Amino acid sequence: MGKFLARRLLNYVVLIFLATSFAYLLAATNLQPRVYFEQMQPPPAPEVVNAQLDTLNLNDQTPLAERYLTWLKGVVTGDFGKNIQGGDVSAQMWMKAGVTLRLITVATILGSALGIAIGAYAAVRQYRAFDKAATGASFFVLSIPTVVIAIVIQVIAVAINDGLGFTFLKYVGEYSAGFQGNAWELLLNRIHHAILPTLVLALALFAAFARYQRNMMLDVLGSDFVRTAMAKGLTRRRALFKHALRTALIPTITYFTFTFGALVSGSTFTEKIYGWHGMGAWLIDSISQQDVHVVAAVSWFMAVTIMAASFLSDILYAWLDPRVRV
Amino acid sequence: MSTETIVETESTNNDDTARTPVLEVTDLTVTFPGMNNNPDVKAVRGVSYAVHAGEVLGIVGESGSGKSVSSMAAMGLLPEHAEITGSVRLHGEEILGKKDTEMARKRGKVISMVFQDPLSGLTPVYTVGDQLAEAFLVHNPKAGKDKAHARAVELLSLVGIPNPEARYRSFPHEFSGGMRQRVMIAMAMANDPDVIICDEPTTALDVTIQAQILDLLRTAQRETGAAIVMITHDLGVVAGFVDRLLVMYAGRPVEIGSVDEIYYGSRMPYTMGLLGAVPRMDLEDQGALVPIKGNPPSLTDLPPGCPFAPRCPIARPECDEAEPELLTIGSRASEADADQDENTDAQRVACVRSAEIEANGWTAQDIYPVPEIPEPARAAGDRESLPEVLRVQDLIKHHPLMKGAVFRRRVGTVSAVDGIDFDIREGETLALVGESGCGKSSTLMEIMSLERPQRGSVEVMGREVGTLSRSERFGLRRDMQIVFQDPMSSLDPRMPVFDIIAEPLRTHKVPAREVTERVYELIGLVGLNIEHVTRFPAEFSGGQRQRIGIARALALEPKLLVLDEPVSALDVSIQAGVINLLEELQAKLGLAYLFVAHDLSVVRHIADRVAVMYLGKIVEIGDTKSIYTRPSHPYTQALLSAIPVPDPERERTRTHIVLEGDLPSPANPPSGCSFRTRCQKFITLSESDQEQCMSVEPEIRPTNGGDQGSACHFAERRSDLV
Repeated sequence: MGKFLARRLLNYVVLIFLATSFAYLLAATNLQPRVYFEQMQPPPAPEVVNAQLDTLNLNDQTPLAERYLTWLKGVVTGDFGKNIQGGDVSAQMWMKAGVTLRLITVATILGSALGIAIGAYAAVRQYRAFDKAATGASFFVLSIPTVVIAIVIQVIAVAINDGLGFTFLKYVGEYSAGFQGNAWELLLNRIHHAILPTLVLALALFAAFARYQRNMMLDVLGSDFVRTAMAKGLTRRRALFKHALRTALIPTITYFTFTFGALVSGSTFTEKIYGWHGMGAWLIDSISQQDVHVVAAVSWFMAVTIMAASFLSDILYAWLDPRVRV
Repeated sequence: MSTETIVETESTNNDDTARTPVLEVTDLTVTFPGMNNNPDVKAVRGVSYAVHAGEVLGIVGESGSGKSVSSMAAMGLLPEHAEITGSVRLHGEEILGKKDTEMARKRGKVISMVFQDPLSGLTPVYTVGDQLAEAFLVHNPKAGKDKAHARAVELLSLVGIPNPEARYRSFPHEFSGGMRQRVMIAMAMANDPDVIICDEPTTALDVTIQAQILDLLRTAQRETGAAIVMITHDLGVVAGFVDRLLVMYAGRPVEIGSVDEIYYGSRMPYTMGLLGAVPRMDLEDQGALVPIKGNPPSLTDLPPGCPFAPRCPIARPECDEAEPELLTIGSRASEADADQDENTDAQRVACVRSAEIEANGWTAQDIYPVPEIPEPARAAGDRESLPEVLRVQDLIKHHPLMKGAVFRRRVGTVSAVDGIDFDIREGETLALVGESGCGKSSTLMEIMSLERPQRGSVEVMGREVGTLSRSERFGLRRDMQIVFQDPMSSLDPRMPVFDIIAEPLRTHKVPAREVTERVYELIGLVGLNIEHVTRFPAEFSGGQRQRIGIARALALEPKLLVLDEPVSALDVSIQAGVINLLEELQAKLGLAYLFVAHDLSVVRHIADRVAVMYLGKIVEIGDTKSIYTRPSHPYTQALLSAIPVPDPERERTRTHIVLEGDLPSPANPPSGCSFRTRCQKFITLSESDQEQCMSVEPEIRPTNGGDQGSACHFAERRSDLV
C-alpha cells in the first residue's frame, strides 16, 4: 500500500511540474509585460523599460528558453519570481493561498457532507416528496453557472439587508475594513463575512454530490448484504447506515477528485464578486496587468491543490475499500 | 383457510405448550401496489403453514410462485410499501405488524435466515469475523467485544472454516462461494435461533459444495435444535432433507403433506407434472420427460378459477369458476367445516379432482400427454464405424498471468484447458460435465473459434481447423452452431424473431425467397407459431426464447450443435419441454450434440457419452450408462453421489461422499494427479501409493475393456452410488 501511494505521489509531482511549466510558457508567450510599462504616464524611455523587464526576467527580447530556465531555477528553491510591480510573488502567494484554502476547505466539507447526506436520504425515500424536492433542487442548482449563483445570492442579500434596515448579511470583503477588537471578535467578524461566499461554493458542490450519492445509494439499497444485515437483527435504519451507506460512499470518494477542479475554478469568480483577496481574484487581476509570474504561481497553486485532493481521495479509497488494499 | 385456523387454536388450547408451533403462518397475503398506474402484483395469496421444533418443512415452487416473498414477509424484510395481511406467529406471538425496532429484536435471535447468493450476501467492506461478531453483539450488547470475537471464532470453526482465528480477519472477497455460504449459516446460527429459514441455500453452488452445505445445515439443526423452513425449486434437495412439503403455485399453496405422501402419492396435477418433469439421474431409461404446456400465470392478471387450469391436462369447466381450497383429499369446502376431527398433518390438496386422481391411482404419465420421441436410426453398438463430426486432440488453452503496468511480465499461467482428447460421431451426444471453473466453457470457446489452438488439434467434419483459410473457416461455420445458456441475453432485443432466425441464412447468402420458407419451417420445427415471427424477444418466456435460439442455430442445417448449458436458466416444467425438443430434433435430423452442463441429471437423460472434467483435464470418459452405473474415477464417484435424487426413500438410504474443500486454483494446480488434494480415495492409500499420486500425472486408461476410461492410478468401478 505504501509503495502504491509513493508511486502515485511521484506521478503527481511530475503532473504538477508539467502543468505549471505549460502555464508559464503560455503566459510568457501571450501576456505582454512590455505594454504594461509602455502605457505608464509619462511613458518611460525604451532603455528604462528594457532594464526594468530584465530585472524582472520578463524581457521578450531574451529567448523564451532562457527566461524559462531562470524562472525554473527560482521555483525549485521556492522563489516564484517578482510580480510586475517588483514585489515578491512567493510571500504574497502564501497570504492569498490562506484566504482561498479557508474558503475552499470549508465549502468542500460543508457541500459534500450535505450532498452525501441529502442524496443518501433521498435514495431511501425514492420517489417520495423528499426525493422529488431534493432532485428538483439539485438539478436547478446544477443548471446555473457558479457566477450567476454568486451574483444572485449577493442581490438577495442586498434585498434582505434593505428590508431589515441593517447589514444582516455581509457580502463584501473578508473582514470589515479597519476592524478593531480582540481575536474572538475578529474571528466572528470573519465568519460573518465568510457565510455567503462559502454558501455559493457549497451549493454547487452539494448539488453534484447529492445526485451522485443518490445513484450510488440506490445501487446498494436492494443489495443482498443489506438484507443480511437486517436478518441478523439490525434495524432498517442501522443496516442502511452501517452497511449500505458505508459501501455506497466508496465510489463517491473518487468522484470527489473530479468535482474539486470545478470547485477551484468556481472559487475564482466567487472571490472576485465578494471582494476576497484570494488566489482566484489575484489571477484575474494579474492577467489584466500582464503579470506572467503571478499567473504561473497561481496555476502552480491550483495544480497542487487538485493533486492534493486526488491524493487524499486515493488514501480515503484505500481506507474505505479493503478490496483495493493489496 | 378458515378450517385450519379453528383446528390450530384448538390444539393450542387443549394440548401442552410443546405442541405450539415455533412458526405459524396463517392466511398470509403479500401485495406489491403498482406504481404509476401499473397493476398490483399479488405475490402471495393466502399461505398457511406451521413448523414445530426440530421439524423441517420444505417449500417448493418455480420462480414467481411466492415462496421467497412469503418467508421474507415472516422475517419483516419486505420493503415498506408491500401490503401484508394475515398472521405470522412466533411461539404463538403475533409478529406481523410489529415495528421494525421490535422485529429487529426477533430477527437473528428467534428467527434467522440463510439466503441464496452467498457472493453478494456479505458486506464487502467489513471483515467476515466482524460481521459475524455483529450478529452476536446486536442481540447481546452487554457481552463486550472480546466475547463477541470469541463467539465468532467458535462459530467459524463450527461451520468448518479452517484456521478460524486467522480467517476472522479475512474480507468476504477472499472467501470462495462455499465458504461464504458457511459464514452465512454461521451468522444464522449465532444466537441459537428457534427457526432457520433457508431460501435456496445451495442453488448458486456447485454440487460437491452443495453436498457440503446440506451436511452443514443438518449439523446446524442438530446443534440448535431449530425448526427449518427449506425453500427451493430443486425437488432433489428437499427429498432427503425435509419432513413435510408445501408446494406453491402462483402465490398459493396447492399441496401440502409429508414428503413420502407428496413424492409417491401426489394428488395435484401440478405437483405430479413437476415430479414427472425432473430428469432422473437414478433411472436407467426414464423415457420422455413430462412437459407442462404453457407458462405460469402473471401475478398481476390471474385467471378467475384455479391458476393452474390453463395448463392442466385434466381441467374441467368448473376449474375456471372458483379457486379450489386446500382440503384433504376428496372433501369439499362445505363438508370440511363440519369435519371437526380433521388431522392438520394429513395431506391436503387444492384440486377439485383430487378424489378422482386418488381413486384411479393416476400418475403423471397417465394424465399428461407425453410426446413420442422417435428412436434414432443408428447402427447399434459400433460407434467406431460412424463418421467423426468433431475430434479434439491434446487441446490446451493457457492464459498468461501478467503483472506490472509499464514492464509487463508473466508471473504464471492459468491452465483453463490442459490437454484434452475426445471425439463425437454422427448423431451422437457427448456431454462435458464438471463444476464451475473446470474448463468446460473454455473448451467450447476454443472449439467454436475455429482458430489454430495453442497446442493440439481440432478437427471438424474431418478438417483440421488450424490449416483453414478465412473463407474455408466461414464455410465450416455452417456445420457447427451454438445455443447459449442465457436465453435473455443471447437474442438481440431490438430484432423481431424473423430477423433473428434469418440472420445466419442472410449472412451465408441464402436467396431471400428461400430464407422466408426456411424461417417458417424452423419456427414449426421448434414448436412455435407462425404469428410469433413479428414479435420481439421481450414478449416471450424463457423457454420460448430458448426455442428461438435453437431455431437460429438450426437455420444453416449444421451437423453439430454445441449446447452451452441450454436449460440451466429454465424452470423445471419448462426445461422438460426443451429437453424433449432437443431429443426429438436429434432423432429427426441426425444431429450430433456437444452438450455442456453442470446438472448431471439432465446429462444422464440426454447424453450418449459423458466426459467428466476437473481442472482443465478429462478425468473420466465413457458411455453414459457405464459412467452412471459403474463410475471408476473417485471424482466422478463423488460427483454422482453428491447429487440428491428426487426420491425420498432412496435418498435416505444413499451414502453421500462429501468432498472436502474447494476447487484448487487453476493457476497453481497440485502436482501429479490434480484431484489428490480432495480425493476421498487418496487418504485411504498406503504411503507408497500416495507417492505415486503426488508425483505421476495419471493418463486416461480403459477401465472396462471398452469405451469407459479413467485417469486414476487406482481406478475401481463402484456401483453403489446412485
